Amino acid sequence: MTQAWGKVALAFIALLLFAPLSAAEVAVPPLKFPITDLTGTLSASETAQLAQKLTAFEAKKGSQIAVLIVPTTQPETVEQYSIRVAEAWKLGRKGVDDGVLLVIAKHDRVSRIEVGYGLEGVLPDAMAKRIVDGVMVPAFREGDFAGGVDAGIEQIMAVIEGEPLPPPQPRRGNGASAGTGIVLDNIIPIFIGLMVLGKILQSLFGRFIGATVMSTAAGFIGWLVFSSVILAGVIAVLTFFMSLFGGSGGGISRGGPGGWPGGFSGSGGRGGFGGGGFSGGGGGFGGGGASGRW
Amino acid sequence: MHNLSLSLMLFLAVTLSGCGYNTLQSTDEQIKANWAEVLNQYQRRADLVPNLVNVVKGFAAQEKDVLLGVTNARSRVGSIQATPELINNPEAFAKFQSVQGELTSALSRLLVVAENYPQLKSDANFRELQAQLEGTENRITVARNRYIKAVQEYNVVVRSFPSNLTAMVFGFQVKPSLTVENEKEISTAPKVDFSTPSPAK
Repeated sequence: MTQAWGKVALAFIALLLFAPLSAAEVAVPPLKFPITDLTGTLSASETAQLAQKLTAFEAKKGSQIAVLIVPTTQPETVEQYSIRVAEAWKLGRKGVDDGVLLVIAKHDRVSRIEVGYGLEGVLPDAMAKRIVDGVMVPAFREGDFAGGVDAGIEQIMAVIEGEPLPPPQPRRGNGASAGTGIVLDNIIPIFIGLMVLGKILQSLFGRFIGATVMSTAAGFIGWLVFSSVILAGVIAVLTFFMSLFGGSGGGISRGGPGGWPGGFSGSGGRGGFGGGGFSGGGGGFGGGGASGRW
Repeated sequence: MHNLSLSLMLFLAVTLSGCGYNTLQSTDEQIKANWAEVLNQYQRRADLVPNLVNVVKGFAAQEKDVLLGVTNARSRVGSIQATPELINNPEAFAKFQSVQGELTSALSRLLVVAENYPQLKSDANFRELQAQLEGTENRITVARNRYIKAVQEYNVVVRSFPSNLTAMVFGFQVKPSLTVENEKEISTAPKVDFSTPSPAK
């Protein structure tokens, strides 16, 4: 019986490991820069110039636009590939979903504008189609890739410009997530709640066990709310001492066993160029946009 | 008494979170959300059809069969109540899928026919509608894929140990996934016919 379960587990692990390989799809490259050129089509100066334009636009308007040039997307269609890339890169701000992805499959002679949920209203499929067919594809047909990409993003930016989006947040304070805001807003009720609950638990289980249970619970809640182990640990330890010494002082000090080990990390609140790299901000895509062939 | 109920609550909270109950709930909700998106995109397509038919009619009124096919398929789609509860009724679910599949093929026939009319193809209205239709078809594909993934995740939870016990107790059942409507057509190789086609009028 245990052997059977072991086999199942092994098969599952094998499936997890090899599923991406067996499909033989074009891998999604990591997002490090607004322009990702896997074909070496654009020169360094062209890439820098385009990236500079996109960076400036993101700083001004908040929307993220990224360009990906690949040799081919076979065996997938450009639509299938670009939604996979969009899902992996998460361009645009979380909740605003204002990302745009330009995919150019050079040897397939096809390009696509993938539009984030939040921009589908201002950049509908017909508009995207007009940009692809109107300015990008003609330039690509001539072999002018830098010009086509430039004209394409110029038009996309002009369209987004007219849309009232939430203003971009200043770059600094990346670490200050929404979670800390909630804590600061509700610090007094949380504090009181913890004290009361700690007292109840202590009367139930005695002082040490009560404090331990309390700090574990608080750590768990902290982990759930903030999805951050460090914060959960801090909360747990604080709660432990608080509930231990909350009434009459004294006793042995001992670290609370709160928090969970492991590498959970907070879900990305917002992306950007902070810290030298370019990363998506958690924007969602639903398959909107248009493709054009040349 | 007070202590007892408190300990019971604590006990339940600890045990329930370990047996997959919460996972069942969240994956079930995910399915509902993804299914709503599928319905939403199908609705969007259905809304496009009348405009598209009208534009094509203006240039290719003689293609009565194809136009009628699209209109009929559209009305059949409209006759089915597309509610979120559809996923719990296998029969209605299959019906819904086949009807939407019919509309898909009717629309693709319409677009193939449109290729024969240069004036129609260069019409700004038609191009706009065509772009919208393509985009919507793509959104449908994406929404369907996401639904399939969500169902898979949920079904794995329902069927794997120990969460299958929880699923049994609370009546969570395996949910149907989406399938390709024309499975037979796809598995047979397409016939290539080089005989001269009848010229378009």
